Formats: sequence, C-alpha cells, structure tokens
Amino acid sequence: MLNKKILISGNEAIAQGAIQAGCSFYAGYPITPQNELIAYMAKQMPKQGVFIQAESELAAINMVYGASAAGVRAMTSSSSPGISLKQEGISYIAGARLPAVIVNIMRGGPGLGNIAPAQSDYFQATRGGGHGDYHLIVLAPASVQEAYDLAQVSFDLADKYRIPVMILGDGILGQMMEPVQLSMRKIKASALKNWALTGCKGRKPNIVKSFFLREGALEEANLKLQKNYEIIRKKEERFESLFLSDAKVILVAYGTMARIAKSALSQLRCVRKKVGLIRPISLWPFPQKPFSLKNKKIKYLVLEMSYGQMLEDVRLAVGGRQPVEFLGRSGGGVPNEEQIMNKVNKILQ
Amino acid sequence: MKKIFKRCQSLYAVPTHYCPGCGHGIAHRLVAEVVDELKIREKTIGIAPVGCAVVAYDYWNFDCSEAAHGRALAVATAIKRVHPQNIVFTYQGDGDLAAIGTNETIHAANRGENLSVVFINNAVYGMTGGQLAPTTLLGQKTSTSIEGRERKAHGYPLKISEMLALLPGVCYIERVSLESPGEVLRAKRAIKQAFQNQINNLGFSLVEVLSACPTYWGLSPKESLEWVRDVMRKEFPVGRIK
Repeated sequence: MLNKKILISGNEAIAQGAIQAGCSFYAGYPITPQNELIAYMAKQMPKQGVFIQAESELAAINMVYGASAAGVRAMTSSSSPGISLKQEGISYIAGARLPAVIVNIMRGGPGLGNIAPAQSDYFQATRGGGHGDYHLIVLAPASVQEAYDLAQVSFDLADKYRIPVMILGDGILGQMMEPVQLSMRKIKASALKNWALTGCKGRKPNIVKSFFLREGALEEANLKLQKNYEIIRKKEERFESLFLSDAKVILVAYGTMARIAKSALSQLRCVRKKVGLIRPISLWPFPQKPFSLKNKKIKYLVLEMSYGQMLEDVRLAVGGRQPVEFLGRSGGGVPNEEQIMNKVNKILQ
Repeated sequence: MKKIFKRCQSLYAVPTHYCPGCGHGIAHRLVAEVVDELKIREKTIGIAPVGCAVVAYDYWNFDCSEAAHGRALAVATAIKRVHPQNIVFTYQGDGDLAAIGTNETIHAANRGENLSVVFINNAVYGMTGGQLAPTTLLGQKTSTSIEGRERKAHGYPLKISEMLALLPGVCYIERVSLESPGEVLRAKRAIKQAFQNQINNLGFSLVEVLSACPTYWGLSPKESLEWVRDVMRKEFPVGRIK
C-alpha cells in the first residue's frame, strides 16, 4: 500500500496518516461529518493497536488521556458539539503534560447547529477551549494530501512538546476525496517516555497528574507550560504565502476557505489585480512573520467560514500598520469566489 | 520474636491528611496489603479519584494517574488495554463513581473490562464540604439537603452495586464495611479477590466499601462506626452481590 497514490477522503486520510505515524490507540464516538474517520480506524487500528467506540465524547477523550499516560501514541476525533464535550479532558491532558492528537472536523454551531461545514470553532481551538492557561498546537490542512501529511506531523509535535495537538478541518475537507501520495515514512522511534505509567519495576513510581495543591506549586507548573509555549511560538509557525511582493490586497484564509480564496486570487491575477494570499497552517501558534510587511498601502482581507474569529489574530499580527477588512459567512454559508472578487474590487477602488 | 505486623512496601511511611475516624486510611492500607501479598507492586497502576482521596498517590508506592471527576474507569480502560499485563485499578468515591461518572462506570463494567474497582461509599461528598451524594440515606442531613434527604426532591439512595451486578460483563461484586476489625478483615479478603480476578483475567470486579465520614456526618469517630453498623448497613447490606 505504501509509496503509491490512492483516492481517499480527508477523514480517511487523517486516519491513514495517524496509523502510519504509529498511533496505536484510538477512541471515538460517532458524529457527522467525521464518521469516515472512526469507521476507518475501526477497520485498520486493530492491526496495530486498540480501537474503542466509547460511550461518550467524555469517555473517548479520557481514554486517550489514559492511553497517552500509558506511553503510546493516541488519538480521538469528533466534530464541533463533540469537541465541546471533550474540552474537560483536553484541559487535563494539557495540565498533565500528555501528548495526544485530537481531530475536529467542524460543523455549524452554536448548539446542535447543523452538519454543514464551518470554521466557527477557531476561538475554541486556539484559545485553549477548556479551563486554565493552556494552548494546543492547532494545524489546519487545506487539502486531503495535507490532512494526511499533517496527521503524521501532529504526533511528532505532540511527543516532542508533550502537548495536545488539534487537527482543525471542516466538513468539506473531511468528506471530499482527492488523490493522496502515501509516504514511505518510517515511524520515528518515540522519544523515551520515562514519565509513562508502565509499572514501577526498577524505578520510582511515576505519577500522571494535573493537581498541584501546595502553595506556589501550580504557578510553577503553569510557568513550565508557558515556557514550552514560548518555544513552540518561536519554532512551529507554519504558513503558505503567494504573491506577497507586489500585492495591494492580501487575502488571509485557512483550510477550505483558503482553497476558494486561491481560485478567486487566480481569476483576479488574470485581470492584473495585485492580490496575494497568506494561508496560516498553524493556527496556534498563529504565524506572525508573513504579516510583518512594512508597505502602508497594503490592505488585508480576512476570509472565514465564521463571523470573524481568525480576524482577531490577523489584527493582532498586523498591529494597526495596515487596514484589515473582513468577509465571512457561517451556518452553512461559504463566501464564494464572486463575493470575494467583488469585495477585493471594492477595496481596490 | 516473630513479626506479625509491619509496614506495607506499597504504602509510604507518611501521615495521611484524612480526618480522624475517616475510612480512607484503612482502605488505602488494605489495597497496599493486597498489592504486597499478591507481589504485584511493580506492575500495578492505580487511578486516583477526584475527591478526598485525590492524592492517594502520595501514599501508595506504585505508578498512579489522576483522572478527571468521574472518568477514572475510562482512563483505566485505556491503560489496561494498552498494558494488559499490568494490574490496573480505580479507587473512587460515591460522587465520582455513582453520580458524575455513572456512565463511565456502567460502560466499563458492561464491556467487562478486566479491572478492579475499590468503591468508597460514605454517603456524602467529603472534599467539597458535605453535600448530598447519590448514596445519601433518606432523612440524612447534608449541606444541600438541610432537612434530610427527601425522596421527592432528591430521589432514593442509589444502589449502583446491585445495578452493576445485572451486567453480564461483571464478574464479581461484594459490599463490605470497615466498622470493626472483623469487617476490615472481610473487606481485605474482598479487595484481594477483586485483584485476584484481574490476575486470572476474569473481567470486571468491584468492591463497595461502606466507610465513615465523621466530619460531615456530624458524629464522633466512634458514633460514626456505630452509624455504619446500625443505620447504613440496613440500606446497604454487606455481602457478596455477584
């Protein structure tokens, strides 16, 4: 199966990427639009590890906590309402310094919302989501190939920094099929997890915990987390940029929205409109570098399948040097090429 | 001279934070004695609850994990599935196991996970200051049932052990208490059975331990033991349930 091209959905690509990254524990609970992922795992995971259909999202994320505490690469997946339920567990995973991979194939909200694709969980994903001062690394693929690739990267980052990593996609990315070039990637031997629970033979007992009652102990633990986040901010920014050198309007979009932005961009370039694109791939840490352009005449146009969430990070990165405009739809609506082109033309007038 | 009583290797020689008359200290010791006697300390992994016993790992000398309130059996399920050769147990109170974690409890039992559970029933929430628990007796006064538990407002004391006994995945359930030396010895035998069942790959075993909470019962340690014997055991009869 390796080293060949296969036609596969985004959901399945994430699962296949995880399997090749040596994930050996998956627990999940059905929810649309990520059901292909759990079905793929049910079929493939027993060949190399443990698959559990949990009784709830709460149980699933806490099983991932347990498997990770036991020292193996572990993953769960869900969609927006289910991810809300998982927030308790994600906070505990972050607090206990456990690696884990969590997939959110976003749908419309708030509440039960609908099953249409959306990007309205950006705040939840990038601001922690649960209680406490913590972050996840958040990666946003824009193609099925990238979903496959980033699934593998996620496990390495999770282990390297002992941090939960979220793959943030939407219903379109999860459901659509594209060809994927499978890699011959060999699973990196995981760093020695000398903190894992394996039984205390030949060593002192290991304790996995996020409870620090002694005066000053929690502040100390939080400062360690912050130090880790500082390193991640410096080293793990990921983005793609196009035509920034002469652009007067720079589109900013991630995931599925970035694909639509790219089509609009190529049509605008055909009629010599100077438009560029920044596509953040890591949403946390949010890429700062591409927004450091000095030219005061540039205008940014943020495009989202939400009513303006990443917009806040773009404004922070731009720091008031240039104007930041916004176009977004949510609840099933997706900004289309025509709407983007109209907005760009208006900005260029 | 023959030594007939000594410290357990599985229990650190430190004082506990528990109130006078609390059952947790005895229950911790029983778990430690069982782990020592079965010679499984080096492969045991304990899951501490959220509640008064959250820092049980400060007392037990083997690998441990915390779990979020109610989620201990989800965490334990994963650890045991990943390391089937290890001995994995949860130690949970009544709020943890029978209120917020009822779902995780029922489904881990129903899957027949090869785990051992020590379930401490003291009919009250201890760590948060004595609120109504799912196992609070009818008429029992707590800070959230000021006039006493009343069936129309609060429902009945939940007999989770009897409920779990209905599930085919469950191999062994026994209710024990700690109000006298004889009962403590019976409790130890039951806990040992629950661990032995796991060693023998028999599935889900649970021991419900009726345990005193003098502080939030508003009784002296001695009166608390009498209350377990004379009142609590009427609602929660001790003995083998499955």
